[in-house]
Amino acid sequence: MSELKEDIVFSDGLNAFIEEWKKKPGNLIMILHKIQEEFGYVPRAAAEVVAKRVGTPLATIYGVLSFYHFFKLTKPGKHNIQVCMGTACYLKNSEMLIEEIGHLLGLPLNEITEDGKFSLEAVRCVGCCGLAPVMTIGGEVFGKVTKDQIPGIIAKFS
Amino acid sequence: MRRNQLSIVHMKVNGMPVEVEAGSNILAAAKKVNVNIPTLCYHPDLPAWAACGLCVVKQENSPKLLRACATPVQENLSIITHDAELYQIRKTVLELILSSHPSTCLTCGRNGTCELQRFAAEFGIREQPYEVRLVDLPKDTSTTSIVLDPSKCIKCGRCVQVCQNMQGVYALEFIGRGDQTVISPAASLPLNDSPCIKCGQCSAHCPVGAIFEKDETQSFVKAVSDPDKHVVVQVAPAVRVALGEAFNLPAGTITTNKIYSALRRLGADKVFDTNFSADLTIMEEGTELVRRLTTGSGAIPQITSCCPAWTDYMEKYYPDMIPNFSTAKSPMMMQGAVTKTYYAEKAQIDPAKIYSVAIMPCTAKKFEKSRDDNMRSSGFADVDLVLTTREFARLIKASGIDFLEIEGEEADSPIGMYAGAGTIFGNTGGVMEAAIRTAYHLITGEELPNVNVEAVRGMEGVRSGEVDIKGTKVKVAIAHGMANVATILEEIREARVMGKEPPYQFIEVMACRGGCVAGGGQPYSTTDDIRNKRIAGLYSDDERSTYRCSHQNPEIIQIYDEFLGEPLSEKAHHLLHTTYQERKIYKH
Repeated sequence: MSELKEDIVFSDGLNAFIEEWKKKPGNLIMILHKIQEEFGYVPRAAAEVVAKRVGTPLATIYGVLSFYHFFKLTKPGKHNIQVCMGTACYLKNSEMLIEEIGHLLGLPLNEITEDGKFSLEAVRCVGCCGLAPVMTIGGEVFGKVTKDQIPGIIAKFS
Repeated sequence: MRRNQLSIVHMKVNGMPVEVEAGSNILAAAKKVNVNIPTLCYHPDLPAWAACGLCVVKQENSPKLLRACATPVQENLSIITHDAELYQIRKTVLELILSSHPSTCLTCGRNGTCELQRFAAEFGIREQPYEVRLVDLPKDTSTTSIVLDPSKCIKCGRCVQVCQNMQGVYALEFIGRGDQTVISPAASLPLNDSPCIKCGQCSAHCPVGAIFEKDETQSFVKAVSDPDKHVVVQVAPAVRVALGEAFNLPAGTITTNKIYSALRRLGADKVFDTNFSADLTIMEEGTELVRRLTTGSGAIPQITSCCPAWTDYMEKYYPDMIPNFSTAKSPMMMQGAVTKTYYAEKAQIDPAKIYSVAIMPCTAKKFEKSRDDNMRSSGFADVDLVLTTREFARLIKASGIDFLEIEGEEADSPIGMYAGAGTIFGNTGGVMEAAIRTAYHLITGEELPNVNVEAVRGMEGVRSGEVDIKGTKVKVAIAHGMANVATILEEIREARVMGKEPPYQFIEVMACRGGCVAGGGQPYSTTDDIRNKRIAGLYSDDERSTYRCSHQNPEIIQIYDEFLGEPLSEKAHHLLHTTYQERKIYKH
């Protein structure tokens, strides 16, 4: 369940974007993309503002948000850890990475650490199968990751 | 409205020639030659959704399977609806649905009325060939009216379509995708924090036990077995023309007197009728209307307020209309208030001991009885318990009452008698018609020569017209099916912005299509055909009444003489009127 809405401030750019798009067909996806770009996810308060300004029911917005994997409904950590679960990584036991990171940080999949520093998600192929198993933190890619390397990698961001 | 000339399409169903209106679907064509194609996601109230795949049929000389619900008829089309292969396909569809549906039929609220259960029986399904994967999500019991059980949901989508398109509420939506899809409010909020107006149309349309009324029959059983409680029951207009369906009587059969006797057998101490208070509502609301029209005190148009789903919707979506709302409570709440005051005094019973029960066609009434402090105007809860028609039918059956055979009885005095005007409160246009009959009398001092106000009757979702009260023209509008109200209210808003005269003076709104006769708590399988039959039942109840107008009802005259004084008196205001407040669409 998402939290109580707090006041949310949109950048001028985002406001202008919504004004530009609110009457055009296909507006919802465009606007929600832009919001995720600004906040890193789509906060409920932002979705409510969109509902009002575009005149689309909140339920419809959540129908769209929950349909596309791209949209995030929860705030990512400062460092978002993505573990690749594409075919090659999966075969190279990338599940072990999720388990190990989870164990190390006390962090279940799709959640965020209490201090907000790390979040953990499983993603589809990131496009460097030769390096399997692969994980990324922020934009940085780590390939052929072994169980022993994980504490060191995490430490770099702590 | 003039009907467009419809062109006719010629086609074949299982080799039989069929003539069918262009634009209809294959289901309708098959029906013409008495062939039923099984459907699960399709409902005649709703546009075809083609989600379940049960209605697949074959087109002759084509390898393609068509969904009968979503395929329009075409000239020279030749359709096969049933053969060995289609039987097998349909059976597989059912088995696949059952692979994610719990087999807990015995403890399900829809046991015996479930559409999936019926097909499983008809297709003779005896085992589940597929791996069973159930949805493990808790029930949503947050509202006072409706329970959502996601584990039973077959994702047919009827509830979402009803909630969004028929009702314009947008409480429910498909959330997630694929086999992770759940029907839920936005942001996975509990239903009670969503825009839900508790109309229960989702529960009336759900083919399975995924959405159902909150069952409170045990509270009734407990109350009647408590010797310290004086149980007093009221019955809403629409119940009497629908309850019979639960006992295989045709829709529209009037069972009022059997209901009274069944209630006494169930242990009720007194049996009254909500229709009495429908008459009382007309006295208050009609006087209020006449006052607004003649003295200019109060906003025009006046909008009816007897439908609790509608008042909830208005408070959330149209709070600017609050001044236009009649302050009169609904008949159910008026009946509750006079039960614990006027009746208690007259019968010399301590109102603290009275247990006030209402049998209603409606799930929103379960919410209304405690919507705010005005619902405790007697100093106690004016209504203690609301049971829907469906719960009432179960109670009668479980109590071994042979409903078809029992002798009818009369209601008790002094708040049980009703005029024809009170009974038509249960259908669209009925409150308007009842109000006109009495407003005519209030304005002219005379009786309306012809009390059948045909101009306001009918099933169109939005109707408007002019009623002539001896030279005074009153512009009226009627909407039913919550989504239809937007048309009328936007007209009013527009006139207001432009500084123009309001386009209407009196507006009747009912949340459910057809009015309370098709309320969310009524027997299942309601279609327009059933709606029309129930409405016809109410009009015939009206026509056979000794008194046709609320102000002629002798018990109404008596309650004003002995207790209330006159309509809109201080006492009437305290007991029979209420207030409204703006509410957030999402609570949190």
